[in-house]
Order: sequence, then structure tokens, then C-alpha cells
Amino acid sequence: MNTTKLPPIRIALAGLGKMGLSHQAIINMHPALDLVAVCDPSTYLLDLVGRYTRVPTFSDYACMLDQAQPEALVIATPSRLHEAMVRAALERGIDVFCEKPFCLDVKEGARLVTLAEARSLVTQVGYHNRFLGTFIEARRMLAASAIGRVHHASVECYGPVMLRPKGRTWRTSRIEGGGCLYDYACHGIDLLNFLIGTPNSVSGSVLRSVFSALTDDEVYANLAYPDGVTAQLSANWSDESHRKMSTTVTLWGTNGKIEASRQELTIYLRKPVPQLSSLCQGWNTLYTTALTKPVWYYLRGEEYSAQIDFFVDAIRQRRVDNHCNFRSGHATDIVADMIRRDAADSDRVGGGVAPAAGAVAPARWGRALQAIGAAVRDAPGAAAKTLKGNP
Amino acid sequence: MDRILFGDNQFFGINHMSDDLARKQSMQFQSDEAILAMLEGVLREGIEVLMCTTHERIGAICEAVRQQPGRFAHLKMYPCMPYAHKYANAVSELGMIEAVKGFLPADAPFLAAVKNGVAVARKDVDVLVRGLIDAEMKMFNGIPTPVIFLQNVVTDLALGLGFHGALRTFHDHVRHAYGAEPGFITMNLPLLLEALDAVGIDNPIVCANLNKIGFRMCGGIPAYEEVVASRRFRAVAMSVFASGAIAPSEAIEYVCSQERIESIVFGASSLRNVRHTKELIDRYSQRAAAV
Repeated sequence: MNTTKLPPIRIALAGLGKMGLSHQAIINMHPALDLVAVCDPSTYLLDLVGRYTRVPTFSDYACMLDQAQPEALVIATPSRLHEAMVRAALERGIDVFCEKPFCLDVKEGARLVTLAEARSLVTQVGYHNRFLGTFIEARRMLAASAIGRVHHASVECYGPVMLRPKGRTWRTSRIEGGGCLYDYACHGIDLLNFLIGTPNSVSGSVLRSVFSALTDDEVYANLAYPDGVTAQLSANWSDESHRKMSTTVTLWGTNGKIEASRQELTIYLRKPVPQLSSLCQGWNTLYTTALTKPVWYYLRGEEYSAQIDFFVDAIRQRRVDNHCNFRSGHATDIVADMIRRDAADSDRVGGGVAPAAGAVAPARWGRALQAIGAAVRDAPGAAAKTLKGNP
Repeated sequence: MDRILFGDNQFFGINHMSDDLARKQSMQFQSDEAILAMLEGVLREGIEVLMCTTHERIGAICEAVRQQPGRFAHLKMYPCMPYAHKYANAVSELGMIEAVKGFLPADAPFLAAVKNGVAVARKDVDVLVRGLIDAEMKMFNGIPTPVIFLQNVVTDLALGLGFHGALRTFHDHVRHAYGAEPGFITMNLPLLLEALDAVGIDNPIVCANLNKIGFRMCGGIPAYEEVVASRRFRAVAMSVFASGAIAPSEAIEYVCSQERIESIVFGASSLRNVRHTKELIDRYSQRAAAV
């Protein structure tokens, strides 16, 4: 953490939902930050926060930017609002930390990346897995070629958000950026981007509701990378067997395998790696207790504090090309969009049916067999000739 | 406070080090009877306090405890509220205000007002906080709860937001409505002690990670050791083994060497481990007292 005696950075916060309140607490406790304003459309929440935490409050976002004049901003609003809010901030020369996903509209996302880069502004998207000790360690091991050439990866994100056919917030509506794709799967996509880079194409994508009326509850996709590397993504936020969101990534390479989750990292090495002398041949397990760096203030997980500290440090150093900037968040949006389009295409081919990835072929075969059955029933003579190859 | 408190993480699949272990434990304790049998064994080992989250399943455990007074005669519970995931998931599903309304007790005198947005509009946070505490405490009806804790996610959120008055509201309501001692769980011990001091809470019970490797001890080991040695508060040590990262004997020796730590909470999924840990605590406590 940067503790040099510089004047604190004037920072504002937009959005007082779950993530917003968490950010507010973390910002408030950071010695290099001065929280100068918060904004939210809910007058109830705003009055509460204003009255009990004494931070200036605004119900109008543009007013906040113009009156409070922050140097930096954290955006933690519903996803569909990100684009306009990010643009307004960038145009005023403000460094921006935006919650994930970055932008639902990838074209506007690309324009915002260009705008931020043209103005040399520090940007960040809130993919907190990039600040977890286990995933950082996995990246370090991959960089050291611990498991040789990676040829396949799998990322799984499961948790118990949507367990009943009800709910009526923006998170339950796809057009507002809710749903498993933007809420859960994006974390998995970003983690793969962080560890093995961005894919060229996606296939076999499934976006399907389990309980939700207006959005997807499970997402499956195959991803293809340069040099023939492949990956599979599975995300399901209607899985009650998990106490909270659980993200696991597995990477297979020519010299072994890495499996990493929030708590632990297991690496199997076929042969020892000289540059990682602490690892032995065979199984090695490293725990979060040894991999996690301390933070100055803890709320829900070190990674939430660590990412804000990273943002502060990037501002201080004017580090615009950091690994989790808008360009990186935009790369994740592109993959999410590819999955969404691929799933929509599959839907059209399948006549509105969205079977699970492994079930695509049998379902189509099933329809073909049904068609043959109907032909035999309707015109047995013609069908017999057809089947004999004698039309 | 009792010297040794039995924790409940193992019952609900919470392990900060391993998902696999967490799942095994959650399978092991998936029936209420498995939890009750463990509690019975723990009581036989001479540990009489269950420090437990207000997880939905604790309601059923409380019911069984009430129905079998002979079996659990000496059991006390130290509730830790709220079970945060219950609220977080409800907020995702219903939005913040609706979620809060949903958790208020059905027979609360102000419910109609809240439902109509009146109490909410009055921004009477004290009323809300008290209502939520009462809702969480319902399941413990008839069971001794001499200490009631506020979970770290709420304590530390209030701390971070500078919303220290909520900590005071919790403190006062627990004392007045339940005749119990309020306690605060935190991952930010030195900062929290300052905040509690600032709202006039004297000699508070505070439960924090205290382990030899500094795992989740925000501010660092030296700052923790210093406040434990010098500040006026009643310390409860948790995460003493750092989820298994420290050898048991070494872990307990470290905690017991800090004499002002009043209580130690630990969880275990076998009675053998309970017995072993209790022996270690007894041995190192005596040794520290003798020095």
C-alpha cells in the first residue's frame, strides 16, 4: 500500500447497492482516499448514508461530478447504466473504477476504451478474482511454465443466487445486465483471460433459464484459443449446493495440471520445474492462508480492498496500462457477447430449444428420427423406398 | 464468559482453507442429529458454550435443545448475527429495501408502518436495527444466551462506513432487551476498538482472529498483540489455527501466552480433536498462569 504523504485523492462513488456500500466502507478506510460524494437514486438510502456517515450525497450523477469535482470515481450501479456514467466521467477527465461487467454494448465499450486511452486516464474494472492470492499464484506459475504448454482449461462458477421462480431486481433482467452470464460467467471469462489470454471463438454456447422468467440462470460454452488451446466455461447461479459463489479454474498442460479456487491451489507436476524449486514432482497444495497478502482494512475478502488499493496506486503512478483496465474489461465483454450471440444462433437452429452443450447432437438426431417416423406413418411406401436408397 | 467456546463453522460447510474439507464436513453434519450428537459429546468434554451463526439450521437445533432439556442441560449459546449470506442473497433477489422488510418479524409493533414505508421514511435506523435483532433472536427463545455477537461482516461494514452509532444501538438493545452482554466480531481489531471507544462502549467483548501467522489480522501481528496487552476489552480469540495452517500445539501455545485473552473459540468435526484441543488449552493456560 502506498503510504507516501501526498494529498488524498478526491474520490466519489455512484451506486449504493451491495457492492456500492462495500466500496464506500473500503474507500472510507483508505488513508490515501477522500470520499467527497456519493450518489444514488434511492432517497431513502441516500438520506441514511448522508445522515449517518456525513458524506455529501447527490441524487443526480452529473450534478455530483460537477459540484463535488472528484479526481477519481467508483461506479457500482446496475450494469446498463455503466456506459453513460463512464462516458460522463471520462469526458470530465476523471479516473474511473467501474464494477463488472464493463459495458453491455461492446461497441460503446470500445469507444470508451479509446476515449480513456486518448485522455491517459487510469481505469479499472472490478474483477476481484485478479486480486485473490490463489489465482495470482496460478498466473505466476503459468508464466514460469510450471505445467508446460497449456492445452486445455476449464472454469466453473456456481452459487445459490436464483433458487426460485421469483425476484424482481435489475439482476433478474437480462436487458439490464442481470443474469448468470453477466453476474457469474463474466468472472469465469475474465479469469480465463487473466490466466491464458482471450479466445478467438466460442461454440456450443447455452444460455438457459432454470427458474428466472427474464434471464439466464446457467451458461455453458466452449472457447477456442490460438494454437489450438481450448477451454470450457460452466456457470450456474441456481446451484444451492454451494453456500456462496464458488469459482474454480483447472488448467491442463504438458507438464501437469493446476486447479485453483478461492481457498487453495493444487498443482500436479509430472517433472520438477527448476524455476519453481519449492514445488515437488507430483501433488503440491498451497493455501490461501499462505498466499494472501494482508490488507489495511478487511471486509468480506482481502481482494475487495486489494483492488481499490491497486486503483489508488495506479492513479499515483499514472499507470494506465494496468492488467485490469477498461481494455481488459472490454475483452471480457467481447467474449460474453460472443457467447450471447452464439447461444442465440444455436437457439434459432434448434427451433427455440436450448439444450445443454452435450445434448445438442442427440436432440437434433432425435428430431431427425421423429421426422423419419412421421414420414413412415404418413406414406409408408415412399418412406420404404427412401430408406432403401431407391427414391 | 467461559474460557472455551465451541464454534459452528464445521456444521455449515465453512472452511477458510479448503472447499473439499468444507464439503465433507457439511455432508457429515447434514442431519440435525449429527450436530446434536456432536454437541452432546462436546458438553461431555466440559465445553458448555456453542458460539453459533443465526443460520437457518440453528433454528432446528434450538428446537431440539428445548425439547431435550436433560440431554443439553448445561448448554449455553452465544448467537452471532446475522448470517450474512441470507441477507445478501435476499438483496440480490428482492432489492435492499424489500429484503430488509422481509426479515422484520411479522408481529413487530411497527411492521405495518414499515410495510407502508413510514418507519423507513422516518429513517429510524434504531427501530430497524432492533427489529432485525429481535427477528434473529427468536429462534433462541428459552435457551440461555448470555453473550450475543454481531458478525464481522456487519461490524466491519459499520466500522468502514463510519456508521458507529449502529454498533452502539446493537450494544444497547442486546443489554436492555435480552439482559445479555453484547459482543463484536471483527477482522479489524485495532480499528474497531477505537470506534467502540468513540461511541462510549466500555470494556467491550470483541472476538477477532488471533493466530501466530497473522491470518486475517488487519493491522498486523504487532498491533494486535499490543492492543490485547494494553487495551481495556475482553478478547475472544478465533481462527487460532488459521483454518489448519498452524500446528495445534504451536497455535494454542501462542494464544495462551497472551494472558489477557479471555476466551478461545474453535471448531472441530471430531470429538477426538475437541478433546485434544481442550487439553492443549488447559495445559498452556496453566503454564501461562504459572509463569
